[in-house]
This record gives sequence, C-alpha cells and structure tokens, in this order.
Amino acid sequence: MAGKPKLHYFNGRGRMECIRWLLAAAGVEFEEIFIEGPEDLEKLKNDGSLLFQQVPMVEIDGMKLVQTRAILNYISTKYNLYGKDMKERALIDMYTEGVADLNEMLLLLPLCPPGEKDAKIALIKERTTNRYFPAFEKVLKSHGQDYLVGNKLSKADIHLVELLYFVEELDSTLIASFPLLKALKARVSNLPTVKKFLQPGSQRKPPLDEKRLEEAKKIFKIK
Amino acid sequence: EEFLETREQLQRLQNGNHLLFQQVPMVEIDGMKLVQTRSILHYIAEKHHLFGSDLKEKTLIDMYVEGTLDLLEMIIMHPFLKPDDQQKEVVNMTQKAVIRYFPVFEKILRDHGQNFLVGNQLSLADVILLQTILALEEKVPNILSVFPYLQEYSVKISNVPTIKRFLEPGSKKKPPPDDTYVRTVYTIFAP
Repeated sequence: MAGKPKLHYFNGRGRMECIRWLLAAAGVEFEEIFIEGPEDLEKLKNDGSLLFQQVPMVEIDGMKLVQTRAILNYISTKYNLYGKDMKERALIDMYTEGVADLNEMLLLLPLCPPGEKDAKIALIKERTTNRYFPAFEKVLKSHGQDYLVGNKLSKADIHLVELLYFVEELDSTLIASFPLLKALKARVSNLPTVKKFLQPGSQRKPPLDEKRLEEAKKIFKIK
Repeated sequence: EEFLETREQLQRLQNGNHLLFQQVPMVEIDGMKLVQTRSILHYIAEKHHLFGSDLKEKTLIDMYVEGTLDLLEMIIMHPFLKPDDQQKEVVNMTQKAVIRYFPVFEKILRDHGQNFLVGNQLSLADVILLQTILALEEKVPNILSVFPYLQEYSVKISNVPTIKRFLEPGSKKKPPPDDTYVRTVYTIFAP
C-alpha cells in the first residue's frame, strides 16, 4: 500500500522546488524529510538510499528516485501532466528544458562571488527578456490556447509559472510586455491546487536567506 | 548533417526562427524543429523503442541517463577549460567516474546478469553510457580496469550491429575534440 511520496532534501528551494510545485499542482500530498546537517546526508549515502550519492531523492511507489528530471517525468506521467503522445511530449520536454536553463542561472546566483553578481543578474534579465519570455509568449500566441501544449495543463505550464514567480522576485517589471505569459500565470495560479500551494503555510519554500544559504553550503560541502 | 562553420550561419538559423531558444543542437525530425538535447534524445528513444517497455523501466532509464549525462557534461566542457585546468579536470572526471558512476552500473549489471542496463534490451541508457565510457577511455585508457562487468558490457554493446557500424571509420561519429574544434566553437558562439 503506497503511502505519500517522501521528499529528501534540505529545507530550501534548490533542486527540489520544481518537484514540490509539480506534486502540489497535481494535488498529491507529500512528506518532507529535511537534511539539516552534513551528517544527515552522510546517513542517506551510507544507507544506500542515493543512487549517485546525491539529493534530491523521492521515495515513491516503492522506488527511491534520484535525478530531478527522472523524478519530474515519473510524477508527470503518473498524474497525466505529460501530454497525450510522443509529439506533445517532445514539445513539453523542449519547453521544460528551456525553463530549466533559465532556472539554473537563478538557482546558482546565490553562489556567485559578490564581484560577479551584478553581471550575472544583468545576463539573467537579458536572457529572460530577449530569449525565454519571447519564446514562450510566441508559443502561446501561435495557438491561442490556455496552455502551452495540447490545450491541457502539463508539467511545462507548471514549471514555467514557477519560473515566472522566481523572475518576479528578481524584477517584477520583466513580464510587463508579455501579456500571454501574464495570463498563463494568472490562470495556473487560480487552479485550486496551485492556489492552495501559493498560500502561506504551504510547503512552498521562500527564497534563500543568509542562514539557509550557509546551511546548504555546509550540507553540500560548497565553499 | 548541416555543419555550422561561421557565426553568420548560426545567425541565419536564429533570424529565420528555426531555433526556439536561439541555440543548437537542433534536429529537424517528423516535421518538428526539436531543440534541447534531452528532448531530442527522448523523442528519438521513444520512437525507436529505446526507452523501456513500461513506466518503471522508462524511469530507471531516465535516472541512469541523467547520472551519465552529468559525467558526459564534464567531458563536453573539458576542451574549453584553460589549459592549466585541463589536467586537473581529467583527474576530477576520473574520480567521479570511478567513485560515483561506474560502481553503480557495475552493480546493476552484476545483480541482474543481463547484457543491457534495463529490461534485457538495448536502451538509451546503454547508448549514453557506452558513449561516455569510450570518451573517457580516450583520456584514461585503463579507466575500466577495476570494473570487469563494465568491461564485458562495453564490448557487448559495441558489438550491437548498428553501434558496431557507427564505431567503424568513415561513420558519422565525430573524432575527439582538437584545437580546430575549439576555435570553431568560439568563432561561432563567442566571437
């Protein structure tokens, strides 16, 4: 009898946040076991629970899944958020990977040396407004439908909307000239499961503060 | 294959709206212009039955591919490191391969005793792992020395007829990166 999925990660967004968003959007309740210090991570490694000695790891349906993309793809397939055929899956994959590339830049920003931070932020803003937002706006414009692929909510919409919230935290003006992206953000945010996740007290994680950043660096042995 | 040799060629693709995110690789297939390596790999794998026979197999393949790609990424980036850093990185890659990745695949092969990583048939996981093993062996010839199952596996997968053909001279398999390759990449992507 399968219980709730169990998420193993530190208490912060990192590489687990997109999994939290996806499960929440799918209406799946999940438990979180937080790694609070290096010893917790060592224990998971020594237990043989981490295939490549890394987290995120999600216990689900009798498996200990690792690798963010593998976890996301499994959850999406299980909860019908991965399109209806190969071609839809290809589009969903493409859009997801584009989101992941921009998200990766945001994810690594806190680790950027102070002297390089301004340049990195400028690059992120430039890529957002010249590369990624226009691409997704164009997709939505091309078919005029409510969702990116197949006229149905998919992981691509969920990952993109999550990213839109992150970008908003960085600079709320960037989305200004992208009306269809704004509409998608509003639409997905109003889905009952997502609406609930966006409320205070949910399992959605806040941006890293100094304390959490130091904690993460200690756990993952980042200098 | 349409090879990019100049920045203008890339710009033409970008300006012609052929590249969703202004980047290559791009593969025109079945009426689509697919970009993003993983989405291209998944589409081809699924189309040609290299992605397992059910969701659980697909998920195992996904996990193994993602782990291997982390290692392959180091190999891909290697020629673009500063010359002083390159030797250090070979040591780093070798350690990661031998401590983190190879033991996992050695154990999988040992535990099920089959010829392929997942579901007793060739999958994307085998193709990517073989590519990675061969690329590493170019830099560190004895990298599989303590992995007898991977050694046997490498030979078996190399002998799959389609792969065997691809490994022969004159195929579309590209040679190890050299200075010309690095210069070309900089010319096109970072002039």
